[in-house]
Amino acid sequence: MSEYIIKNGHVFDPVQSIKGDKADVAISDGKIVDKVSPSAKVIDAKGKTVMAGAVEIHAHIAGPKVNLGRIYRPEDKLFTCTPTKGMERMGSGNSIPSTFKTGYEYAKMGYTTAMEAAMPPMFSRHVHEEIRDTPIIDEGAFPVFGNNWFVMEYLKNHEVENTAAYIAWMLRATKGYAVKVVNPGGTEAWAWGLNCLTVNDPVPYFDITPAEIVKGLIEANEYLGLPHSMHIHPNNLGNPGCYETTLDTLKLTEGFKAKNKFGREQVMHLTHAQFHSYGGTTWGDFESKAKEITDYVNKNKNITIDTGQVTLDETTTMTADGPFEHHLTGLNHLKWANCDVELETAAGVVPYIYSPNISVCAIQWAIGLEIALMSKDPMRCYITTDHPNAGPFTRYPRVIKWLMSAKSREAQVNAFKHKDKVLAATSLGTLDREISLYELAQMTRAGPAKSLGLAAMCGGLKPGMDADVAVYDFNPEKPVANPDDIEKAFSRCAAVFKCGVKVVENGEIVGTGNKRTLWVNAKVKDNPQVMRDINEKFLKYYSITQANYESLGHHFVPNPFALEVDAT
Amino acid sequence: METVTITMKNLPALYLEADNVSPDAFAGKSAAQIADLPVYEGNGTYTLDKYFEVAGNAGATAADTKIIVKGDVSKVKYLGFKISAGEMIIEGNTDLYVGAWMTGGKILAKGNVEAFAATAMKGGELVIEGNAGNYLGAAYRGDWRGMSGGKILVKGNAGSDIGMYMLGGEIVVNGNVDVHVATHAEGGKVIIKGNAKSKVGGQMVEGDIYVFGSIDIMMPGFKPAGEVDLEVEGVKGKFAHFIGDMGERHKKKKGQVIYANLYKKI
Repeated sequence: MSEYIIKNGHVFDPVQSIKGDKADVAISDGKIVDKVSPSAKVIDAKGKTVMAGAVEIHAHIAGPKVNLGRIYRPEDKLFTCTPTKGMERMGSGNSIPSTFKTGYEYAKMGYTTAMEAAMPPMFSRHVHEEIRDTPIIDEGAFPVFGNNWFVMEYLKNHEVENTAAYIAWMLRATKGYAVKVVNPGGTEAWAWGLNCLTVNDPVPYFDITPAEIVKGLIEANEYLGLPHSMHIHPNNLGNPGCYETTLDTLKLTEGFKAKNKFGREQVMHLTHAQFHSYGGTTWGDFESKAKEITDYVNKNKNITIDTGQVTLDETTTMTADGPFEHHLTGLNHLKWANCDVELETAAGVVPYIYSPNISVCAIQWAIGLEIALMSKDPMRCYITTDHPNAGPFTRYPRVIKWLMSAKSREAQVNAFKHKDKVLAATSLGTLDREISLYELAQMTRAGPAKSLGLAAMCGGLKPGMDADVAVYDFNPEKPVANPDDIEKAFSRCAAVFKCGVKVVENGEIVGTGNKRTLWVNAKVKDNPQVMRDINEKFLKYYSITQANYESLGHHFVPNPFALEVDAT
Repeated sequence: METVTITMKNLPALYLEADNVSPDAFAGKSAAQIADLPVYEGNGTYTLDKYFEVAGNAGATAADTKIIVKGDVSKVKYLGFKISAGEMIIEGNTDLYVGAWMTGGKILAKGNVEAFAATAMKGGELVIEGNAGNYLGAAYRGDWRGMSGGKILVKGNAGSDIGMYMLGGEIVVNGNVDVHVATHAEGGKVIIKGNAKSKVGGQMVEGDIYVFGSIDIMMPGFKPAGEVDLEVEGVKGKFAHFIGDMGERHKKKKGQVIYANLYKKI
């Protein structure tokens, strides 16, 4: 493999505490190294910003509900097609781009790793087929466990060891990466016409509460010592007053400590915190509770969060929180699609327009920024748009602009139709913090990598790590004349390397790299009871056999990268 | 106003996508520059003059430009795509998406047009002297934002699904229409001087439909609301008034529920 040396760039690397110093980054055989031979190809990064490849911790980019969105929203593809160009295959779609476009767009912005946030286990084959067709970026997928019949039956009797054995089997069968929980118990309750809006609402028939599911899954997660923590979308998403449910959920982590060999410190990742930080009782007195949520998170080191920033675009919401999507279609009267997944989960899809002329949307926008700006530890608060729920991931450069420039936030607030309402319902107007490039590297690289248990592999530029490097045409020594220059610089990288392969040059795709599927191979003691239960459920309830369930072999996972965990 | 005349000289083997044939795309260009505009046939990109003889220069702006399309354009799509001003006359029959996404200007189609004419039209005027196809003035596939302004006049008959998801504007059909009229509409006005078949105003939330002729099968979601004397398009007469679609949600204005109206001439 070829050698490269990226010379004279301003390097931002939280892993090595490098804060913009001029340094060279050397690449050899896919890894960052101390030294390369004189024949190494030189990339001149003078006056440019150099960071590790960015890590996406939560996005919906592959699988049945993403594809359901693509199928039932032809209008999302209207006028957004990108024709074949050089190495790039054609692509289409705006809020739900095709797989190829997804890979290219991430890479062009300097992202080299991304996590699909909700994999319905029964459709893991579909998820992996899409992951396989998404070029360049390394991807993992989180199977959903929060409404799973096995989990609820085991945890009702507090059988943590059995839950762990089931999780280990599931991660292997679906080539999954982490334990994802969406509206714990609520999606199952919806099958009975109900929902779980607090952590103490019992799930019908299973007679277990969301609190018991969450605590049990944290315990099982730490019993196994998985790279990532339990990753949760709590109950009561998106409703006025939901912050109380969120705080109750966060409090469930009290007393738990992370136990793993990957350097991860948290036991819970709260995703798209913006959707869970609402006060008020109706959409009329809707207000921000970002302070209450970030105060709690700031004090408790065993929690990490991502923002779920609203980008003020027309987008497609999709979540395994089936009841929420049904509620949403009743609010905006736009088309609704639902995808039930037997014993495991369900998902809904509804288009949504975050209009700057609607006060609720503008307040949601402000809450996302408040969360990022009020978080004291950038290593524990990450930038996401919960793609595509709060906006397409392709808007990250704009989110970065808002976070790095108070002037650009002010301009946006002034452009809102209900500016006064937004300022009254949030405290965004009082926040003058501007995220530095070093903090940005923490929030988009080192932080999410650590939370995912990938700190030894990516998110930094320390010799020995994977050579995922992004070079931005942004000079940190020059004052920013226009905030839009930030957005422009972060939209298209000057150069991107993925595992030492040059994949982007001057904003264009020049290589497709050696894309990997990340998954976790957890070894547990033989557990005949769980194996028997799985067998029985397949015979009794599943519409397919176990042999047709598992994602095995080259077709589904052509280039696997397993993180080994031994819990025997 | 300057006039550009394009005349079909070499028929395309496949269908030709001519989304650059509009006063907006021609504006400020000489005949030679217009001849050089790209068009698409199959997966290939070619220039306009491969197919058309181009005569005359365009005006400085779209509003100063008139285009006359001559010859057999029955295999040409997207004529007048996104037109915002100016004028177009299409002398023969033409294919899909005439005047699609138009926001202004005037298109006169002297022959028949195929489906999706004036998709998501926002303004301007489209006159079709022949027959119109299906999905006239409808929303794009999957979209919920249909025609929102402007006027369409069809002197012949129209196909099915006209005015689907209509939000505003006006469609007048002098002849008959096929099934599904103004489905899901939330505004606008559809006048049918001939006969309609069935599913007239299905799932309609707001807006008005006038039918001068017969309706084969009424929607069960429409409720009789008496008789009214109206003058529609210069025609005075008594109309049976129906409100609906009762199966849909409806807004309230000043305490009154707003229904869609269906008027059938008695």
